[in-house]
Parts: sequence; C-alpha cells; structure tokens
Amino acid sequence: MTPRVPRALLAMGVIGLALAVGAEAAQAPDGAAVLRRVDENMGADNKITTSEMIIRGRRGSRTVTSKSWIQGRDKSFTEYLDPPREKGTKMLKLEDQLWTYTPASDRTILIAGHMLRQSVMGSDLSYEDMMEDQRLVALYDAVIVGEERVGDRPSWVLALSSRGGDIAYFTRRIWVDKERYVVLREERFAKSGKLLKTTEVLDVQRMKERWVPTRVIFRDALKNGEGTEFLVKAMEFNAAIPDHLFTKASLR
Amino acid sequence: MIRFLLKGLLRDRSRSLLPFFTVVLGSALTVIGYSWINGAMSSMIESGARFSTGHVKVMSRAYAKEADQAPNDLALAGVGGLLDELARDHPRFDWVPRITFGGLIDIPDERGETRVQGPVAGLAIDLRNPASPERGLLNLDKAVVRGRLPEEPGEILLSDGFAARLGLDPGATATLISATMHGSLVVQNFVVAGTVRFGVAVMDRGAMIADIADIRGALDMDDSAGEILGFFRDSPYMRDEAGRAAAAFNLAHGGDGGAFAPLMVSLHEQSGLAQMLDWATQVYSLMLVCFILVMSIVLWNAGLMSSLRRYGEFGIRLALGEDHGRLYRSLIAEGVIVGFVGSVVGTALGLAVSYYLQYEGFNLGSMLKNASIIVTDVLRARVTPESYVIGFVPGLAATFLGKAVSGIGIYKRQTSRLAKEFEA
Repeated sequence: MTPRVPRALLAMGVIGLALAVGAEAAQAPDGAAVLRRVDENMGADNKITTSEMIIRGRRGSRTVTSKSWIQGRDKSFTEYLDPPREKGTKMLKLEDQLWTYTPASDRTILIAGHMLRQSVMGSDLSYEDMMEDQRLVALYDAVIVGEERVGDRPSWVLALSSRGGDIAYFTRRIWVDKERYVVLREERFAKSGKLLKTTEVLDVQRMKERWVPTRVIFRDALKNGEGTEFLVKAMEFNAAIPDHLFTKASLR
Repeated sequence: MIRFLLKGLLRDRSRSLLPFFTVVLGSALTVIGYSWINGAMSSMIESGARFSTGHVKVMSRAYAKEADQAPNDLALAGVGGLLDELARDHPRFDWVPRITFGGLIDIPDERGETRVQGPVAGLAIDLRNPASPERGLLNLDKAVVRGRLPEEPGEILLSDGFAARLGLDPGATATLISATMHGSLVVQNFVVAGTVRFGVAVMDRGAMIADIADIRGALDMDDSAGEILGFFRDSPYMRDEAGRAAAAFNLAHGGDGGAFAPLMVSLHEQSGLAQMLDWATQVYSLMLVCFILVMSIVLWNAGLMSSLRRYGEFGIRLALGEDHGRLYRSLIAEGVIVGFVGSVVGTALGLAVSYYLQYEGFNLGSMLKNASIIVTDVLRARVTPESYVIGFVPGLAATFLGKAVSGIGIYKRQTSRLAKEFEA
C-alpha cells in the first residue's frame, strides 16, 4: 500500500520549490538581463560633461581637457579646451558619422574608414571607441561565466559575443558590479581572439540616480604605454542643450 | 733573349700586332666592364641612400627598433645641437634632417567639404634652405613635372600621378590629415607648388615632399626629426668608413642610455640591407666572373691561333736545330711580353674610359621619357683599386695560358718528319 502524501504538504513542497528556483534566479540573472541593466545605468540622458584625459605616452604625459554635450546615444558635440594646441578643435557625432573641425585649417573633416581606428589625441581611445553608441545588449549575446570581486565589489563576469555585423570588438569580457550595474573592468578582443583594449574603473560616484565611472584607465593592448586615464570632472544631467549644437554649422 | 724577342715582335708585326691589339681590347673591355658593373652596384646603393638610408643614419634607439614604421613619437629631439655636433665631429659627411610621415591628402570642394581623399606617404626635408644638399640629393630640380619647387612656407610637392588622380594643379590647396608626434589628429592646409615624378610606382601613387620646418610645425615636432642622414661629401658609399664613423659616434654616446639616445647605423646595418647588398654583390660578382671568363677564352683563343699560324716557322726553327724547350719558352716569353704590354695599354685605355664614365657619366636623359627622384638618369662607372689590375687577368694570364697550351704542339713535332712536312 502506497503511503498517501497529504495535499497540504504537497502544496507546500511545490511552493517551496518555486521559491527556491525564484531565489536562485534572483541571485544569478541571465546575461542579457545584466547587460540590459548596464545599458540602462549608462543612460541616454541629455548631459554635459567636462573631462580630462591624462595620456601617458612613451615620452611623458599630456593632459587634454574637453567639454561634451551629449543627447541620447546618437548625438554628441565635443570641444577641446586645453592644451593650447588642441584648443578649439571640435568633434561632432551624429548617429554613425563623426566630423572633426580644426581652427588652424578651418576644415571640417569626416572621420571615416581606417581613420576611425586612429587614436583620439594620442590617447588609448580610438574614434571607433567614441563612436560606440548602440546599446551593448543590441550588439552582443551575453553569458555569465563567473563571479569575482573587483576591488571590494562583488561582480559578475560576462562573456559577450558579437551578434554579427560590422563591429569593432568581436568579443568582450566584462566585470559588472552586482549591485550598481557598472562595468568595473573590461577586456575587448578581435575576432582572432587577440586582446585589443582593456579598461579598468578606479572610481565610481553616485550622480542623481546613476552610478557613473569617474576615473577610468583605458589601455590599448597593442601599445606599450601606461594607458590613458579618463577623469570626469563635472557632469550635468538632463541639461538643456540647443538642437543647433548638433549641426555641422556649429563646428566653425 | 728578351731583347731578341722584342725586336722580333716589333719587326714582324704580323705575329705581334694582332695579338697585341686583341689583348689591349680585351683588357680595356674588362676594366670598363668591371668599373661599369661596380658603378651600377654603386648607383643602386646610392639611389636607396639618397632617398631613405643615407650612407649613415642617426635615429633614437627606440626609433631604430621600429624604423620601418617611421614612429615619429620616438623621433630625435634637440636636433639642432645634434647637427652641430655631427658637423664638428664627422666633417666628411653632409648631414640632413628628415621626417617621414603618413596620412591622407584631402581636397576640399567649394564649401570646404571633402571632395576627394587619398593616402599619402610624406617626406619632410630641408627644402627651402639654399645651403642644404637635399635638392641635389633627390634630383628635385629635374624631377619637377609641373609647377615649381616650393619657395614659400606652406608649399609642397605632390607626386604627379597622385595630383592628377586628385584633380590638382599647381596652386591648388591640399589638406594633410596626419598625426602629431603625440598622436593627435592634424589637419593642415598646404599649397601645391608643383608635381614631381619619383620613378617608383608605389611613391608615384601617393607621395608628398614638404619643407621640414612646415612639417615640424604641423606635427608638433619642434627641433625634432625622425632621422638625420649622413652622406659622404666627396665619395660614394664606403662600407668600412661608414661603419667606423657609426662605431665612433655610438661609443661617444654609449653613456647616454635611454630609449631616446641617438644611435648611428651605417647603410649596411639598416633593414636587412646587408643581406640584400651581399646578395646583389654576389650576383654582380658572378656576372663579372662570366665576363672575365669570356674575355679570357677570347684571348686564349687568340694566343692559340697565333701559335698555330706559326706552325711552319716552328718546323723550320726545329729543323735548324733549335731545342724544343727553348722554342716553347721563347713562345711563352713572347706571349707574356705581348700580354703584359697589351694589358698595360689596355688597362690604361680602360681606366681612361672608366674615369670619364665615372665623372661625366652616361646620360640616359634623352632616352628616358622623364627624370625622376629615385631612379637616376645618369649611369656612371666606378673605378676602384681592383680596376687597375683586373685587366691583367684575361690580358696576361689568358694569353700566357693560350701560348702554353698551343705550344705543347712543339713537343709533338719530330725532327725526323720535318723534311717530309716541308716536301708536302
């Protein structure tokens, strides 16, 4: 004779199992969900930032100061303020096109083709890096491959692989802060598997509702330099930015 | 005996004159051929030297490691002082600073927007300084196809084919897009003063030459240069001399240390050139050996023929009681006298022609459609110490061998059969 399980006990078992699965899911969401949260945190507000790039080359370091006006993910306008040689150089990004203006030549040049892979102001960042505007979740499939601590922050390690198309980095490995959904470390690879770039976030600050990396070290793995330190000196969210700023006429 | 032979040679011109002229011609051709091949080899080296390697080159140590990429971020700094030092310590050389760079030439339309672009390889030289040897080194005056050489700041030369492809005429504005030595983007306007022909397809597809002062300003390279090239002031490239100068300079700067300390390398030490030049030397040497061999066979054959023509004379001399050995030795002595005198005269003649071709050259300008920067239109011979003796190899040795081999027949003549031979 088979012993009968009381219905109430059976129901409790089912509920318990469901809760356990739910809790497990809450602890380790899928990669796409994490990536979506990362994209949301990086935001698409109108913002005005003032930043410094400390470029450490083989002959010493230089500091380049710039101010950027950013509208969503598609539009940005940057003006370089210092050093004097770079002062007045402007860059305009409209969707997938990038123009630069130099006052010395009074020419507006479209940065295209292989020029996109050139360094910005001698830094470890390329114009292609600056052009990245799409959400990561739209470009990559993400899989959580582990958990690690970055400094004192517990993080998920995500392996991103390209969904196809013309893309600068075929795969990436990112370390995402579990609580803040900020990418704390990143490695970017070519299709061949060669490491091309690394980034390391040294400081994150709470600004309005978001966590913003304010001190980041970019390193071009193909160079021997000590990398480029990117410092956010000021950031203004939901700023009023006139539309005419995002036109080629504003470059001159 | 020698006096007797000399009298015989002078009086009986039928047995000395033709062999003499043959030896003179053979020796002279050998000297000229040798000097000409030497000149061709030297010309190949000089063309490369003038355009990129110099006879010696000074770079920073870091730059030298990546010299193929012309990394201007590793360029030499404090070039003015370094040039003074080089002129003082190495006065046998002319020193010229250069910057090589890459980028795009962008041509604007009437609204200032990009109309057309093309990749460009750039060379910055001391172009507007009348004291600089650069114009002569690069044959610029003759290489101009359209327009003129730059005279004002901001003027450049473009390769003619490149300018045509971009639809540019002298006087047009061209914008250089490149990078400073710190890696920043550079957008600089220039005026095309003229167009030139480089004579090498890859350069004619897209190259520019600018004054180094303009490029220093554009690429943020004040008092800097990628390379300082040194050229022997009064002579073509001399491998040992260049090596000694480089060793002395590097010894003097050995304590500088650091990646940006200057380093001098000779032409042979650059970009695997030693291997290429050794290979070219072997090819030329093989050609030379073949040439000397052919000349030797010709002269040997001439010696052989002259001996055979004297078959009757030898018979009579044997019949008169002359010893076989004495006859053989006199034949060889005649050969040596004709060979030596012919070689001396032939070498003198060959050297005279070679020296003329060395200093005056053979101008192909009228045969070539256009002069160019890299490919020289004047071919020159080059006389070396070897030129003075090389003519004796076919002139003396081959004649001697020809006589020695043909003379063996003397020993085969039997005195008892001579009368029968004469009857026949």
